[in-house]
Amino acid sequence: MSWESLLLMRNEMGLLAVIILLLIFEIFSTKAQKGKIVSVAIVLFIIHTLIGFLPLNQGTLFGGMFKTHALLYFFKNTLNIGVLILLLQSADWLNKTVVEQNKSTEFFVLLFSSLLGMYFMISAGDFLMFYIGLELATLPVAALVAYETYKRDSAEGGVKFILSSALASGTALLGISFLYATTGTIYFDAMAAILSTSNLSVLGFILFFSGLAFKISLVPFHFWTADVYQGAPISIASFLSVISKGAAVMILMIILFTVMKPLMPVWSKIIYMVAIATMFIGNLFALRQKNMKRFLAYSSIAQAGFILLGFLSNDELGYSTIVYFIAVYIFSNLGAFGVVQAISTSSGKENMDDYEGLYRTNPKLSLVMMLALFSLAGIPPLAGFFGKFFLYAAAASKGYYFLVFIAVVNATISLYYYLLVVRAMFLRKNPNAIPFFKSKMYMRLGLILAALGILITGVYSPLYNYIFEISNSFLN
Amino acid sequence: MDILTLFVIVPVITVIILGFAKDLKQARVIALIGMLVQFGMSVNLIFAYIKERSVNTDIMVFVKDYAWFESFNIHYIIGVDAISVVMIALTSVVVLAGVFISWMVDDLPKEFFISLIVLSAGVFGFFISTDLFTMFVFFEIAVIPMYLLIGIWGSGPREFSAMKLTLMLMGASAVLSVGILGIYFNSNADGGALTFNILEIAQVNIPEAAQNIFYPLTFIGFAVLGALFPFHTWSPSGHASAPTAVSMLHAGVLMKLGGYGIFRVAMYLLPVGAINWSDFFIVLSVIGVVYGAFGAIMQKDLKYINAYASVSHLGLVLFALLMMNKTAWNGAIIQSLSHGLLTALFFALIGMVYGRTHTRDIAKLGGIMKVLPFIGAVYVITGLAYLGLPGFSGFVAEMNIFVGAFQHDDTFHRVLTVLVVSSIVITAVYILRMIGKIMMGPLSNEDYQDLPKATWYEKIGLVLLMVPVVFIGVMPFGLGEMIKESIEPFLERLL
Repeated sequence: MSWESLLLMRNEMGLLAVIILLLIFEIFSTKAQKGKIVSVAIVLFIIHTLIGFLPLNQGTLFGGMFKTHALLYFFKNTLNIGVLILLLQSADWLNKTVVEQNKSTEFFVLLFSSLLGMYFMISAGDFLMFYIGLELATLPVAALVAYETYKRDSAEGGVKFILSSALASGTALLGISFLYATTGTIYFDAMAAILSTSNLSVLGFILFFSGLAFKISLVPFHFWTADVYQGAPISIASFLSVISKGAAVMILMIILFTVMKPLMPVWSKIIYMVAIATMFIGNLFALRQKNMKRFLAYSSIAQAGFILLGFLSNDELGYSTIVYFIAVYIFSNLGAFGVVQAISTSSGKENMDDYEGLYRTNPKLSLVMMLALFSLAGIPPLAGFFGKFFLYAAAASKGYYFLVFIAVVNATISLYYYLLVVRAMFLRKNPNAIPFFKSKMYMRLGLILAALGILITGVYSPLYNYIFEISNSFLN
Repeated sequence: MDILTLFVIVPVITVIILGFAKDLKQARVIALIGMLVQFGMSVNLIFAYIKERSVNTDIMVFVKDYAWFESFNIHYIIGVDAISVVMIALTSVVVLAGVFISWMVDDLPKEFFISLIVLSAGVFGFFISTDLFTMFVFFEIAVIPMYLLIGIWGSGPREFSAMKLTLMLMGASAVLSVGILGIYFNSNADGGALTFNILEIAQVNIPEAAQNIFYPLTFIGFAVLGALFPFHTWSPSGHASAPTAVSMLHAGVLMKLGGYGIFRVAMYLLPVGAINWSDFFIVLSVIGVVYGAFGAIMQKDLKYINAYASVSHLGLVLFALLMMNKTAWNGAIIQSLSHGLLTALFFALIGMVYGRTHTRDIAKLGGIMKVLPFIGAVYVITGLAYLGLPGFSGFVAEMNIFVGAFQHDDTFHRVLTVLVVSSIVITAVYILRMIGKIMMGPLSNEDYQDLPKATWYEKIGLVLLMVPVVFIGVMPFGLGEMIKESIEPFLERLL
């Protein structure tokens, strides 16, 4: 192993450097300079994101514990862009509330640590690295959920999150040990060669899957979602629903498609049922939500159900459609969360009723929200349409037409509640509408990036074609 | 840039410029210019098509093919035959008339024209595409602006109607997407590559079992938009709540997407399924025709009358398509055109009457002809054309449909054809009753004495729609020949 091969960990090292630089800045900066920490963090993270796009070799490290590949780089870059947009969108909130309490460095350090954990989790080549990454990705978020300590909801959300994710991690770990018991190895490649269907391995798989299902908030492991989202600061709710979910889906996909491939007949049935349950329950609960954060929480549960459709194809189509959908979903969901964040920061309002008549006072904000919701609902020519259609195609390619039918029924149900928000913003007239306000530069940038992503990532086909290409090479 | 893609580009550019408009005056001028260009292009397209057709015997002409999502073999493929050309011409006439009719939109004018033109961009895109995926994309783009158009600018229970319409149509398109995927994943049945290209799939013999499953999905997906009974319920409430120009565009053009899609996709790609399922859908379409006509008789609101009449007349289009012979199909297409123009005229006229009297209740209206001679005269002409008077487009269409339908000599078809023909009588009842009540007789209300006369933009809008109605009625031969030629390759698949 040479020093050069450490370059494969470029993303991880870069992020670590950002974290350390931020800590140093915290120590040596004067009180006046401390107010600039948000900008410093954003600039550092932009540099880190840009570095991620430089071309790089692929390979493995630490005897196969750590793997990289163009697909993984791409996914890490997608997460980076998501986090960047999220940072831009939360800058105003941080400046307003957190910087004054002198807690902003911790915010960034915790957030970036969690992201670092996700990098390791995605790149894992064995279950040990996977588990370390999973824990690193989860624990800091618990602190972040409870970040607004003066709010009762936030503290409650933090406790709920830490308890349920501890349980989930424990369950996953138990599953991993069962799998280890049947195969005698924790390396993905080696396990894939040995694993066969037996009671113990199936049990191991189910426990492992349940653990990850918690993170992705699949039904029936979704109960924590709405409460935690509602209690957490909006930027953390959107981090959970977008970044954290995306990373968990990615690693679940890699493990199911490679390590668990021998168990395919078992897990495809489970995925099939969980997908149906997740879509229906997420959608039906979303119908009656009045709080925007809870609303987006259930909508993101339902979206996770759609993602599962891609799992059933189990080939390059599955990889590419899921990765593509997550990329698209990141932009769409961040667009929606960004608007909620902007409105909440300026006026403190978070209910759907408060949005009535928004278009007449804040047309641009309403337009971004409408784009984001239509993209989530899968309306062309927005990105979400392509993402969803390709997921349907992935499931249909293996003949799961009935499931696709269930999915399109659910897409129609979801359109109803997305239209409820559009109705409030556009159709209603309200003398007490949220008055016009001008967002700060960072927030505007964050929303513009999300809107551009929604508009471009779909119609501009080279993106999907590229993902398909690298998925193909990842598989072989 | 090829002449077909421009039909999508021009609306998109118009929408972008509209984004900068400051008030109603700017917005309507921009919209008008954009749609005038569109209208000019469609006139140009008709002549270009006739010229091209004389040297080119392919099914589609002006074909362009750009790869889009290569891994799925999705292409952006466009091309037209006579049927798409006449549909494009219809759309541009109705949209242009719609812009004139909406000359005085007061609330959020910029947004109104943007939504209207986005809708039309979807419709134009739908008619030019010959790739299933591209077509589906445009199909959905055409539907979703309806939500805002009805919801913001509508009247009555607008929120409810808008939601109902959007969900039913998007639900239908969701079902359609399953059908499309089914066709796509069976398009390699003969050993070729998977493709969304309609003309290529038409060369493939998709297994009968698959056709039997996916035909009804595709058919219903399109037919909901064509107001197939029992999926027509969005139509009356939606049309009644929609603002005038939107009703015109929706009943006039958007509902035609249904019949067009069935013709172009469902029957063409899944012919065996079409034959196996034809009896079932014929019964539904006949129910739609008769039920719509009786529904129209019972209504008191002018817009509801016209909405139910549309259910009846579009049922006739579906019925004609299901007859599966050349004469009937020719009738179906002329009926689509004719109904598009006439129903747009009706909705425009109703909008004008309503804008002046503030009621659509036929019991409260009477003798309007005396105070509004121009509007009254056009109303009467439209009504007569609608019930199929010779000399207008409606007669040509219905004649073809019934002649085509009678070519089937089995009892099942005969009985149903007779039922459908009887709907003409019912049509005459509700049209004549409506005209007699609101146009003729003594003036019902003294306040109506000084209703403002038709303005210049209203007159232009009406004349624009009236001219082709008379044209088709008086000289149907050229059009019929053009359409028949294009029908042939589609009909061959079903024999």
